[in-house]
Amino acid sequence: MKKRSIFTTALSIFLGLFSISAFAGEQPEKGGTLPPIILSVPENPSQKTYLGLSQGKTFALTDIKANVLLVEIFSMYCPHCQAEAPAVNRLYGKIEADPRLQQSIRVIGIGVGNTAFEVNTFREEFHIPFPLFPDPDFKTYSALGKVRTPFFIGIKRENKGMERIFLVQLGGFGSVDEFLDRVLQESGLNGSVKEGENR
Amino acid sequence: MKRILFLLLPGCFMVFFAAAIVHGQSVAFKENIYDPGMLKPTDSHLKVKVGDRAPDFTLPSVSGEPVTLSSFQTKKNVVLSFVPAAWTPVCSDQWPGYNIVEELFAQNDAVLLGITVDNIPTLFAWTNQMGKLWFPVLSDFWPHGAVAERYGVLRSDGVAERALFIIDKKGTIRYIHVNDINKRPHLEDLMKALGKLQ
Repeated sequence: MKKRSIFTTALSIFLGLFSISAFAGEQPEKGGTLPPIILSVPENPSQKTYLGLSQGKTFALTDIKANVLLVEIFSMYCPHCQAEAPAVNRLYGKIEADPRLQQSIRVIGIGVGNTAFEVNTFREEFHIPFPLFPDPDFKTYSALGKVRTPFFIGIKRENKGMERIFLVQLGGFGSVDEFLDRVLQESGLNGSVKEGENR
Repeated sequence: MKRILFLLLPGCFMVFFAAAIVHGQSVAFKENIYDPGMLKPTDSHLKVKVGDRAPDFTLPSVSGEPVTLSSFQTKKNVVLSFVPAAWTPVCSDQWPGYNIVEELFAQNDAVLLGITVDNIPTLFAWTNQMGKLWFPVLSDFWPHGAVAERYGVLRSDGVAERALFIIDKKGTIRYIHVNDINKRPHLEDLMKALGKLQ
């Protein structure tokens, strides 16, 4: 009985610690799916509307109402994220300027290791118009396999929700137009946009 | 069975702590960051306290101009940001973060002095990866870590703690924060402390 008790204790400790360490997930890959990511619902009503979120304190990425979601994993402290910020703003601007893209695509940023204050500092410094979320305890960062920043993930809606990764990009994406083309091509939105144009 | 437990537990803890190392590293430094792993959170004993007169110093800076702490007296509040070492995680993004908040320092009539125990050529190469920094970066290389030692933030392995000091215009220390070396101090804590000087 005593031996069994020691063994059970050891096994429980091992499994408990293993489950914590296993929280450090795999890095996102094209064709894969995202781990569950839970964020706080933005207080800003227009951002809540932009993401199609209803009441509640938290939401999952799969709750966002869009066909395509672009997620930028960034940090206020990352010099390349700072340098890339104007390009990401231009990308967002191009999406918002096109009514069909505006309907289909949403853009968010997650500041890894950043508090709400730090995310807000980044938002104000670079005039970021899309929703940014803090990840102060590195939960999302760990779930995403501790990717370096900036890291861009394109996710498209499938039957069960916003979950299929169609694009990953480590570091700056270069030309805004080329990156947007890539988003449209690889998400399959290009076809539907062109079909819409022909109607 | 006790032996199994004895062998299993350290392994579990190693897995756990290896997984717990999280830094959030920028691609700016490519593969050039040396990761020393998890370190003892703090490893020194402060030699100054809030209310003390800040020990004066003159250190060479990356830009070539020596910087003397007392030269800011009556003119500016001073934030000293000691970071452990160039080309290591956390340190490599702490100052780039401060680099976009010059305005917040200015609002509090404060200047920032970044200090490590690295030599000037190392600091030159490292800070060049951060873009153009608006604040002086000082080398406490020789005599090795002498300023860090006077403030009591030189660790036993010869690098500095990740420490912040706020010194007011009278030259008095008003805030000391020695952070866990493995983590980045939150910006809002520093800004709140600076705000209290007004």
